[in-house]
Amino acid sequence: MDSNQTLDARGLNCPLPILRTKKSLNAMASGDTLKVVATDPGSLKDMQAFCAQTGNTLLSSQQSGDDYEFMIRKA
Amino acid sequence: MSVAKLHAVQDNAAMPTVLAGLEAWFDRRLDEKLAEREANRIPSLAIIATKGTMDMAYPPFILASTAAALGWNASIFFTFYGLELVKKELDIKVSPLGNPAMPMKMPFGPDWLKRINMPVPTLAANLPGFESLATAMMEQTVKAKGVPSIQELRDICVESGVRLVACQMTVDLFNYSQDEFIPEIAEWIGATSYLGEAKNADICLFV
Repeated sequence: MDSNQTLDARGLNCPLPILRTKKSLNAMASGDTLKVVATDPGSLKDMQAFCAQTGNTLLSSQQSGDDYEFMIRKA
Repeated sequence: MSVAKLHAVQDNAAMPTVLAGLEAWFDRRLDEKLAEREANRIPSLAIIATKGTMDMAYPPFILASTAAALGWNASIFFTFYGLELVKKELDIKVSPLGNPAMPMKMPFGPDWLKRINMPVPTLAANLPGFESLATAMMEQTVKAKGVPSIQELRDICVESGVRLVACQMTVDLFNYSQDEFIPEIAEWIGATSYLGEAKNADICLFV
């Protein structure tokens, strides 16, 4: 699936992946999709909680190797 | 007249079905209204930061920046030693002295070495320069783990609109001058003003 933008949050720990995600989303248009790649295992739950509370849609979240990939559609 | 009173008056009159219908309608509307209000409400976080050491600097900045990322209204009231966290020149240290739960770990070396906790005798923690050593080690560890620095978190708080307020009394108490602090401090206030703000917060924390 294609995204409008990709955020590389690898190597960053709580709460930076979420803070950077928010910053990236701020600069995007409603309906755009953002792909986030992170290595923080906590980001699995954090990204769910973030999307649930902000109204953005978590389209997918998957693990590949040491990376966690999230696809988010901006509300 | 309340529905309950109406009910009592009309109890044996010819309108019980009308009243029951009215009550059901009222209950449903009340639920809808409350749900609507809950959905539109912006949560808020109010933190009172009273400590100026590195270990106590993280929680306020992490929680406030995350709250802002979630779209919440967040504010931090810096008071007493907490004012160190809003100095223009951050000089935040951490010491194992009087901090017995602090783990002392090597920031570098093989994993088995980094996992070992080295308890520091109180006497050793008194040695000159020990605080700087402990701080340097903690800073190394933080960096290696991808955890942001205090400076970085503070910048994000400022950028994301966390309301930073500080205690005027502490400035007078410790003979500080307001110029020593970052200009992003929205207001210099006292206990009365901050309690007024914190009163309506969903979460209020004293750190």
